[in-house]
Amino acid sequence: MTAPAAKRAAGARAAGAPPSWPPLPKRRGIELALLMGAVFLSVCGYVVVGFARAHPVPSGAAGYGAGLGGLALLAHLAVRLRAPYADPLLLPTAVLLNGLGLVLIFRLDLETPADPAAPAQLVWSTVGIGLFIAVVVLLRDHQTLQRYANASAAVGLLLMVVPIFFPAVNGARIWIRAAGFSIQPGEFAKVLITVFFAAYLAANRNALAYTGQSVGRLRLPAGRVLGPVVTIWLISVGVLVLERDLGTSLLFFGIFVVLLYAATGRTGWLAVGVLLAAAGSAAVSAVEPHVNGRVRDWLHPFAGIAAGRGPGQLAQSLFAFAAGGVFGTGLGQGHSYLIGFAQKSDFILATWGEELGLAGLTALLVLYALLVGRGYQAALGLRDPFGSLLAVGLAALPALQVFVIAGGVTGLIPLTGMALPFLAQGGSSVVTNWIIVALLVRISDRARAPRPAPDPAAPGAPGGAR
Amino acid sequence: MTRAIRHTAAFSFLLLVALLVNAVRVQVLEADGYNANPANRRASIVRYAQPRGTVEVGGRPVTGSRDSGGRLRYERTYTEGPLYAPVTGFSSQLYGTSLIEHAEDGILAGTDYRLELFPWWDRLTGTHRPGGRVETTINPAMQRAAYRGLDGRKGAVAAIEPRSGRVLALVSSPSYDPNELSGNGASVSDAWRRLNRAAQQPMLNRALRQTYPPGSVFKVVTATAALESGRVRDLDAPLDIRDPYTLPGTRTSLGNPAPGCEDAGLKEAFRLSCNTVFARLGVDVGLREMAATAERFGFNDRGLRIPSPVAPSTFDTRMDPAQLALSSIGQYDTAATPLQMAMVASAVANDGQLTPPYLVDKVTDAGGVLVAAGARGPTQQVMNPATAEQLQEMMTEVVAHGSGRPAAIDGFTVGGKTGTAQHGVRNEGTPYAWFISWVRKKDNHEPVVAVAVVVEDAEAEREDISGGGSAGPIARAVMAAGLR
Repeated sequence: MTAPAAKRAAGARAAGAPPSWPPLPKRRGIELALLMGAVFLSVCGYVVVGFARAHPVPSGAAGYGAGLGGLALLAHLAVRLRAPYADPLLLPTAVLLNGLGLVLIFRLDLETPADPAAPAQLVWSTVGIGLFIAVVVLLRDHQTLQRYANASAAVGLLLMVVPIFFPAVNGARIWIRAAGFSIQPGEFAKVLITVFFAAYLAANRNALAYTGQSVGRLRLPAGRVLGPVVTIWLISVGVLVLERDLGTSLLFFGIFVVLLYAATGRTGWLAVGVLLAAAGSAAVSAVEPHVNGRVRDWLHPFAGIAAGRGPGQLAQSLFAFAAGGVFGTGLGQGHSYLIGFAQKSDFILATWGEELGLAGLTALLVLYALLVGRGYQAALGLRDPFGSLLAVGLAALPALQVFVIAGGVTGLIPLTGMALPFLAQGGSSVVTNWIIVALLVRISDRARAPRPAPDPAAPGAPGGAR
Repeated sequence: MTRAIRHTAAFSFLLLVALLVNAVRVQVLEADGYNANPANRRASIVRYAQPRGTVEVGGRPVTGSRDSGGRLRYERTYTEGPLYAPVTGFSSQLYGTSLIEHAEDGILAGTDYRLELFPWWDRLTGTHRPGGRVETTINPAMQRAAYRGLDGRKGAVAAIEPRSGRVLALVSSPSYDPNELSGNGASVSDAWRRLNRAAQQPMLNRALRQTYPPGSVFKVVTATAALESGRVRDLDAPLDIRDPYTLPGTRTSLGNPAPGCEDAGLKEAFRLSCNTVFARLGVDVGLREMAATAERFGFNDRGLRIPSPVAPSTFDTRMDPAQLALSSIGQYDTAATPLQMAMVASAVANDGQLTPPYLVDKVTDAGGVLVAAGARGPTQQVMNPATAEQLQEMMTEVVAHGSGRPAAIDGFTVGGKTGTAQHGVRNEGTPYAWFISWVRKKDNHEPVVAVAVVVEDAEAEREDISGGGSAGPIARAVMAAGLR
C-alpha cells in the first residue's frame, strides 16, 4: 500500500461511521428528480387525453402541471426538512398515482360533461397533500401514536358507526353528508384502527405467541388474549355489515389477520383467521341478498345478457379490459363509459385497463408493489415492534385494497365496492391515502436514519438490528 | 418478527401477481370472446364513429353520412334512396346491411385489410382507416329510365353491357327508401316492420332475388338448343308440327294464341311465339340437351354473385316428356330471375359469348387510390357464333315485324322476344309480362345493351299474349337511354 492511499483510508475511517454501520444516503436529490418525472408524466397524460379527443392542448394543462408540481415541491420540502432519511420512492410513487388518477377522472369527465368530478378531486388531493405535509412536519416520532392507541380505537369505531344515522347512498350507509360535502368516515377509520391494532399487538405479542394449547403442530391461541381479538372482529364486521360496506369489512379483517401473523409469526393465527373469514363470508353471502347477488354476478357475469337485460356492470368491465388488449386503445380513446354508474370510482381500473392495456396495468401494479414494498422495507428496518407493525399494517392496507377492488372488477373475486388507492374518485379515500404515505415516510425516515453508534462497552448491544 | 414480516410482504406481492395473471386471462387469453360478444357495443360504436364510405354511380356518390350526434355517431343517407335501393341496399344500425352495402362492407366501413397502409402499425395503434369508395357499373340515365318505366308497378329491370358484363341498370319496383332504416331509433324499427309486412314487398329485390316463370322469352333458349343440336338447320323450312300439340303421354293438348304455327319454320314460329313448335322442339332435343343449354346460359347456377348473391334460376333436370314440353316454353318448374334473362339476351347479342355480370366497377380508398377492380369472371361460349347469328336474325324479326314492335328504335338494330308467363294455381294469377332485348348500331356489330324487363301486374295486357305492350316500351326506354 502506498503512503497516500493508506492515508486516505485512514482519513475515511476517521471521518465516517464504523465500517459495519455505514450511514444510508439521504437520496433527497433522487426523490426530487423522480417527483419531476411523476409530474411530467401526469401532465403528458393530461395533454394526450386532450389530443385524443381532437381538442387542442387542454387549456388547464399548464395550471394542472403547475399545481401538481407546486404541491409535490412543497411535500418534498417538508420531507427534506423534517424527514431527511425517508425512503425516496414513497412520495414520487404517491404523486404519480394521484396525478394519473386525476388524468383518468378528467378523461372520464369528458363523457359526463354534466357531472364533472376532476375539480373536486383536485381539491381533495390538495387537502391530502396538505395533510401529508402536516403529518410529516408535526409528527416527529411515530411512537407518539402508540400512546393514543385506545383513543384511536374509540374514534375509529365512532367514525364507523356515525354514518348509520345518515341516509343510505346507493344502498350503503357509509356517507356523512352535510353542507354539500360528503365524506366517508370509514376511510379515516382504516388508519386509526390500524394504529390501534399495531399498538395492541405490539404490547401483547408475547402472550399471543407463546401461550395456548397445542393441537398437533398447531398451537391454538389462549382464550384470554383471543377475547379482545374476536371482539374487535365482531364489532367491525358487525358495523360494516349493517352499513352494507362489505369490502371495507373484509379489509379490516384482513389487516387484523396480517398484523396478528406478523406480530406472532404463528400460522395458527392464520388458520383461525382464514376459518373466521370463510365462515363469515359464507354466512353473509347466504343471508344477505346484496352480497348473494354479487357472488352470483361473479360466477355468471353474463347472466344479464342471457336474460335479455343487457350486460351488467361486471360484464361491461370485462369488455373494457378485453378491448384494451396488450397495448390499450390509448388514453381518451376507449369506451369504458359504457360501464355507467361508478365508472370514475369503483370501476376506474377498467378505464385504465382499456386505454393503457395490459402493459399499462402491469406498470400500475408495479407502482403499487413499489409503494407496498417500500412500506415493508421500512417495517424491516425498525427495531420497535409498534413501528414495524404499523408499517406492515400501512403497507398491507393498499395491497389488500388494490386486490379487493382490482380483483373484483376483473372477475377474480366477487365485486365489493372499494376505492382503488389514489386513482379512484373519492375525497376521503385520497386524503386517507396521503396520510398513510405520510406515516410511511415518517417511519421510513426513522428506519433509515443513522442510529447512535453502539456503545462498545455495553454488552449485548444490538448490532445490525436486521 | 422479521421472518413473519417477510412472509406478509411475500403474501402481498402474491396478491398483486394474482391480479396480473388474471389480467392476462381477461385482456389476452379470453379477450377475443369478450370482444365478439354481441352485447359488447364497442364494435358498433367504432364502426359508426366515422362517416361511411360512399357508393358511387356514374362518378357521383348516391350515399352519404349524417352526424346524428348520438353514441352511434354517423348514420347512412341516400340521395335517391328508392331509385338505387336495389343496387346499394341499406346500411342500418339496427338491421345490418344488404346488397352492395353488405358485399363491400369492409371497404365502406374502413375495416378491410386492403385499406391498411402499414398493417402492423395500424393494428398496434388501433388506427381506423376512413371508409373507401365503391364505384358501381350502373348507368344513371338507364337506371332512371327503367325506374320511371315501371312507375311503381310490381316488376324489375336488369340491363347488361354484353361485351363486358357490366350491369347498367338494376331496378326493382315498388322500391323503398333505405334512409328510413339507417339509424337506430323507434322510427327505424317501425319502418322495418312496415316494409317487411307490406303486401307489395318493397324490400324484395326482384331483379336479383325473385324468380319468375319466363314463359315465351325462354323460347330463345329452346331455339338455341334446337339449332345447336342440329334438330333445326334451316330457319325457314316448315317444321310441320301439329296445332294443337298433345303433350306426350297425356291427353292435354297445347294450343297457340295465333294461327299459322302448323306450317311455320323456326323463324316464323319464333315471331309468332308458337307454343306447339317450341314444346315439340324441346321434346325432340331431349332433356339432357335442353338442360345443358339452359345451364350454359347460367340456369341452375347457385354460385352467381355480382357481388351480391343472385337467386339461382332453375331448369329441372328430371322430367317426363310432358313436363319437358311445358318447360321448353318457360312454364312448369322453369323459373328465371330478370338478371338471368338479361344474360340470355346478352349471350345472343354477343355472338354466343356470355360474360358474367358484375356490379362493382372498382373499389378505391378514400383518397381515390385503386384498391381493387370489380371481379370479372371468364367469358364462356354458350353457343356457336353461327347459331348466335341466326338467333339475332330471329330476334330482330320479332321487333321488326312481330310482337316486339314497341321496342324498336329508329336507326338501330334491336332484337327482342316477348313473353307472358302464366302462374298461380291452374294459371289463374295475373300473367307476368316479359320482354328481353338487345340493341346495336346498324353499322357496328358490337351490342350496346341487353335488357330484361318483367312486369307483374300486366292486367291490361291479359289478352295480349306478347307482353310487348307492357314491358316492351320500358325496355325501349332503357336501351334508348343507353344509346345516348
